[in-house]
Order: sequence, then structure tokens, then C-alpha cells
Amino acid sequence: MLTEALVVSAVLFVVGTFGVLVRRNAIIMFLCIELQLNAANLSFVALSRYLGMDGQIFVFFVMTVAAAEAAVGLAIIISIFRHYETVSVDNFNLLKW
Amino acid sequence: MTLPLGYFVLQQGHELQAAQGHAGEAFEPFLPGLVVLLPLLGFLLNGALALAASRRSAEAVRGGGELDFFQGGKRPLTHVLPTWIGPGVIGLAFVIVLVNFFRMLGADLHEPVVRTYWTWMATGSLQVDAALQLDQLSMVMMLVVTGVSFLIHIFSVGYMGDDQGYPRYFAYLNLFVFFMLTLVMGANFPVLFVGWEGVGFCSYILIGYWFSDREKADAGKKAFVVNRIGDFGFLVAMFLIFTIFGTLNFTEVFEAAPATLAYGGALVTAITLLLLLGATGKSAQIPLYVWLPDAMAGPTPVSALIHAATMVTAGVYMVARTSVLFALAPVGGLSVALIGAATALFAATIGLAQYDIKKVLAYSTISQLGYMFIGVGVGAYAAGIFHLMTHAFFKALLFLGSGAVIHAMHHALHHTHNHADPQDMRNMGGLKKYMPVTWIVMWVATLAIAGIWPFAGFFSKDEIIWYAGARAAGTYGGWFTLIWIMALAAAMITAVYMTRLMVMTFHGANRTGQEEARHLHEAPWVMTVPLMVLAVLSVFGGWVNVPHAISESFLGGFGLLPMTEWMHEWLHPVAGLATEIQAANAGDFSHHSPFGGGELLWALLSTAAALVVVLVSARVVGGFKILPAHQSREPSGFKKVLFKKYYVDEIYDGLVVQPLLKASRFAWKVIDAGVVDGIANGLGHTARAAGWFGSLFQTGSVNTYALFLAIGVLVILGVIAF
Repeated sequence: MLTEALVVSAVLFVVGTFGVLVRRNAIIMFLCIELQLNAANLSFVALSRYLGMDGQIFVFFVMTVAAAEAAVGLAIIISIFRHYETVSVDNFNLLKW
Repeated sequence: MTLPLGYFVLQQGHELQAAQGHAGEAFEPFLPGLVVLLPLLGFLLNGALALAASRRSAEAVRGGGELDFFQGGKRPLTHVLPTWIGPGVIGLAFVIVLVNFFRMLGADLHEPVVRTYWTWMATGSLQVDAALQLDQLSMVMMLVVTGVSFLIHIFSVGYMGDDQGYPRYFAYLNLFVFFMLTLVMGANFPVLFVGWEGVGFCSYILIGYWFSDREKADAGKKAFVVNRIGDFGFLVAMFLIFTIFGTLNFTEVFEAAPATLAYGGALVTAITLLLLLGATGKSAQIPLYVWLPDAMAGPTPVSALIHAATMVTAGVYMVARTSVLFALAPVGGLSVALIGAATALFAATIGLAQYDIKKVLAYSTISQLGYMFIGVGVGAYAAGIFHLMTHAFFKALLFLGSGAVIHAMHHALHHTHNHADPQDMRNMGGLKKYMPVTWIVMWVATLAIAGIWPFAGFFSKDEIIWYAGARAAGTYGGWFTLIWIMALAAAMITAVYMTRLMVMTFHGANRTGQEEARHLHEAPWVMTVPLMVLAVLSVFGGWVNVPHAISESFLGGFGLLPMTEWMHEWLHPVAGLATEIQAANAGDFSHHSPFGGGELLWALLSTAAALVVVLVSARVVGGFKILPAHQSREPSGFKKVLFKKYYVDEIYDGLVVQPLLKASRFAWKVIDAGVVDGIANGLGHTARAAGWFGSLFQTGSVNTYALFLAIGVLVILGVIAF
């Protein structure tokens, strides 16, 4: 069982990473990051069966952080959208030297 | 200045008087420290007044105006007090020196009396004391320095009376006397060197006294820089002496020298040649004389005091002081005499073609200093010091007299708003009618310097020439014959240029212009009295050192005139050892000249020749048609070469100054701006370029960052996995 769970987790993580790298829509990138986080969560839960309860507790922490992150991130995206009327990250490159 | 003043005066110091069981009274110095301190006190007081005056003047300038201290015919206190303080302290010092002099006359002194005040520096085996030395030589120098200084200070009251910087002038002049006394009274080389450098500094500030004139400030700078070359030689000589003797005190060095140093050895020759380099700088001899003519930019009393009577004789004093070393090094002594002879002749010829009255006197001074060098170089130390003294009298008189002339000319030209040069002799002529006192005293000095009996210069100059010829029979006799001939020739040229100066200035038709001539007037008494005193000294000053052969002949009134051979005997305790060494190794002075004939015959010949030359050149120059400067043409032919001073300044400029400038420019443009700045700027540019390259990765786009993040994670995982 463990192997299958880890394979699914890895696939999910790669999909999420790929999405972050290639997509330009901020909301999609945001979803892909969630995908990566939950891929990690899946690994934690699967491994906790063999390595003790620590992994499950970690998952709760990750979920909490992810929820907080989603709240702040979405707020930022909405704010950007109001300003630029777009959520394509290609347009947000002012924050550099 | 951190001298503990009271300590200096009150502390009697411990004496190193070596009373070796001589008969006669021991010499007890009277307040020798005060002699040095009084001028310093004058400097401090006058300096404070000068600062107070300059503060007022600066306030006026800040207010947008310019302060005239003499406005409304009233002198402020800052411009009254120096009249009393300046000459006063010098006069007091002179009195103390006189007391010491008479005490020394009455005493039987064979060894110098050294007063040690405090340890100046003690490091390792080097122990230098702040110590003053009193012996016959320093006593003569003290008398000349304080006496002539006193007269010149009084003259300055008249000459500089209208100058806005009056207190500053006296502060500088007092400071100069302080350093000059330190120089002649120092009991070891470092103390002498302090005085040596101090007078050089005072010379610098006084040449550039009117510093707002660029040319005058540059003249001061030139004097300072040229003197540095000589100081280098002096310093190295001092180091050599220390490494050999382990001490720098005069008494110890000279006592040990005959046993320590081999006669004619390389070491002692090196020391003397280096000392000679120092002396050529300070005493304006070839090759370092070029600063002295330019030094005439200073006020005329300064030229009289520093650049004729006292400071420039420091080199002669130094050679006489280190006479033992020069006696041990025959090549060193010969070099001194040769350089002196060359300078005497060379400078005299330049003096023939100058039009500026002070320039003629400047070259005359260089020439006369050359005579002193001949004197101390051939080993006739008493004769050299004797000429130093008489020269101080008549040359100070000549300079002060020219100062009176310039003063009168300046006023006359000023009143009529004429911009002609008040120092150019072509603009003068016929001044004897307006300035009879100056005219007479100047003639006295002229006859003295020309070497005409019975004036002072006759005895001193003739003695030097005589001693140069009297060594023709011994070692290096050929050279001494040459020196003798050069000195005789220079003496004749001296008579010519001085007569030319007198005739152009005081005789013939007046060339100042009619309106100007009405404003010409004799100098006030405060200026003429010092002139008269110096004139008396220029007549009788030579009578203190007359050989028996002459004083008992008709030239000395068959022994009836009060002439003595006093100075020769007086300086014997100082110069005796050197004379013995020289007599033992190089042969004694002979009693006839290189071409036969005794002292009396040659004395007669030279004074007769000088008299003829004076009379002839007076006729010849009187017959010239002289035009005022603005109407004259540039001299041509050899006269132009003389007028341009043999182009020595131009040659030095081409050989030394320009290459130095070019080297400096190279160091500036290529080494500093190129290499040093290149490295520093290159580092900066590299850092900037690296920064620019790094900034390329910061695109501001989230995707790029995510990509780098992913690549970074992959790399780390790769490293961990493999």
C-alpha cells in the first residue's frame, strides 16, 4: 500500500511543480502550490503508519498554514486584479533591482 | 616653543670648564642664556602685537574695507611699541655680550666654557644637551651679530615705519637674531643645526615679507629650497661624525679628531666635503649661490642683516668652528678655498653689469663671502673671521645706504605717481646733492670694500689674499697660486663695480626727472645715525688685526697708529690646533708671495692698484652716457651675458627644475593617475560589472524565481543522492 500512496504523492507533486513553472495565471499557480502541499501531506500520512503519529500532526500544521496562506494569497491576488485587471504573472515584474 | 624661560635664565648650569692650572683669572660668563632669550622675548612680544594688529585688520576686511593703521596721522599702540621692543631687546643683548667680552678679555681662557641647561635628547648612545658654548670665536660672532643687528634694528624703525606690518616685521627680525645667536653659541652640532635651520626659516619669511607679491613669495621659496640641498650635506656630515666619535659635542669631537682620524683620510675628507656642501648653501657659494640675488626681494634692512652681515656668514663660521677637521683634510680645505676663489671672481664679474643697486650689492656679497671661504680654506681662520667682521660693517653700511637711497627714490617717485623702478641705478644719478650723509658714508664703505688703506677692508681682504699666496710653496702649491691670482683679480673687479655703483647713483646728472628731484631728501636721523656708526667701524674696524710687518711700516704710521694684531692672537685658542696640524703636515705659511716679495710690498701694490682702478673706473663710468631705464636698450654681447648672470638660472632651470617638473608630472599623470588610480578604479569597475551580471537573474518574474528554486532543489537532491 505504501508504494502506491507514495507514487500518487510523487505524481501529484510533479504535476503541481510543473504547473507552477509553466502556468502564468496566478490563481492556477496558487492551486498548483496547494497541490504540492497536499502531495506532501499524502506522503506524511502514508509514512505515519510506519513511523509513528508525528506525520499526521504535521499534516494538521500544513493544512493550517495552507489555509492562512490561501487567505492572504487570494487577498493579494484580488488586490492585484483590481489594479491591473489581470492575474497573469507576466505583468507583475516590477519588484526587482 | 617649549623653552622653560625662567629656567634658562636662573639655572646657572654646570660648567665643563677645564681649568688646567693656567695663570690668570678664570672666565666667569655673565648671563649667557639671557643673550639668546632676549631676542626670543622680543619675538614673543612683537608677535603678540602683530597678532592683535592682524585681528583688527581682518575685521576691517570682513567688513568689506581695508584698514590703514596710520589713518589720521595717529599710530596705534601695536605700531608704536615695536619701535622700543624690537631694537631694545637686541640692545640689551648687545650690552650683555659686551660685559662678557670684557670679562673674557681680562681672563685667561684656553678651553671653551660650556653651559649645559638641560638634556635635549638622550637615546641610546646619543646624548645631546641644550648647551651654549663661549669661547673667543663665538664671542666675536656674538659681538658682530648683536652689534650690527642693533644698528640695523634702529635703521629699520625709520625704513619700515610706514609699513602696515610693522610689528610683524620686528617679530621676524627678533626671531632671526634669536636663531642666529643659537647658531653661533651652540655647543654641539645639533644645537648649531637648530640655529642653522632657524635662520634659514627666518630668511624665508623675511624675503617673502611682502608675501602678497607673488614674485617675492617665490624668491623666499627659492632660498628655502636651495638651502635644503646644503642642509642635506650638513646632516650627513653630522651623522658621519656621530658614527665615528659617538658624540656631537664640539669640544669632545675636536679633541678626539687628531687621534681618531687619519690625516688626509677618506673619512675626514668626506666629512669636510659634506660640511662644505652645507656651507655653500647657507653662505651662497657656487653652485648654490643662486638664491641670494633673488633674496633681495625682502626689505633692504633684511638684506643688510641676513643676506650680508650675519646669516650668510654662517658657513664661514661653521668651517672655522670645525677647523680641526678641515686641517686634517687638505683636500677639503683646498676645495673650500677653490670654491671661494671661483665664487669671488664669478660673482664679481656679474656685479659689473647689473643695474639694480641691490643686485650689485648681492653679487658683491657673494664675492666677498668667497674671500672668507678662501681665508678659512687656506687655513687662515683668523683672517677669514676678520674679513667676516669687517665685511659685516661695510656691507651692512652699503646695504643700509642703498636702503636710504631706495627710501628717498621711492618717496620721490610715489609723490609724482611715477612707476619707474626705484632700485634701478639708471633712474638715479646726482643724488649726492640731495643725500650728502648717505653719499659720504657710502664712499667710505666703497673704499673699504675696494681694499684701500686705511679702511677696514684693506687689512682683512689683503690678509686673506696674502695667506692664499703664502701656501704656494707647500702641498698643492699650484692650486694655491691659482687661488691667489683669482683673488687678486676679483679684488680689482670689486673696485670697478663698486665705483660704478657709486658714480651711477650719486654722481653725474640727475636722471629721476625734475618734479621727482624736488621730493628727494636725506633720510631721517634714525636712519643716518646707524650709517655713521657703521662708517666709523668701516674705517677703524680693520685696525684690530694688522700684522707687525705692516703696523710698524709707514702704512701703520711706524707703529704710532693704534693698530694691533689682536684678533689673530685672540682666536689662537680656537684655531691653534688646526694651524698646528696644518703646519706639521702641509707646511707652514711662507713669508713671501708666489712671485717673491714680502707682505708689505704686496699690501702696497694692491692698495695702489685698487686706488688706480677706482680712479680710472670713476672717470670711465662718469664718461658713459647713461639713460633712464625706460629709455635704455638691452645690453648686448658679453655685457648681456653678464647682465643675464651667465644664464645660470636658466641653466639650472633646464638641468634641474624642468627635469624635476617633468619627472613629477610623470609620477602624477602616469604613476599616480594611471597605475595607482587604475588599480583602485579597476576594483570598483569589476565589482560593478559583477553586480550588473548578478542583477540579470533578478527578473522580477515569479516564474523565473520558481525555476531557479526548482533547479536548486534538484541540484541539492542530486548531490545528496550521488
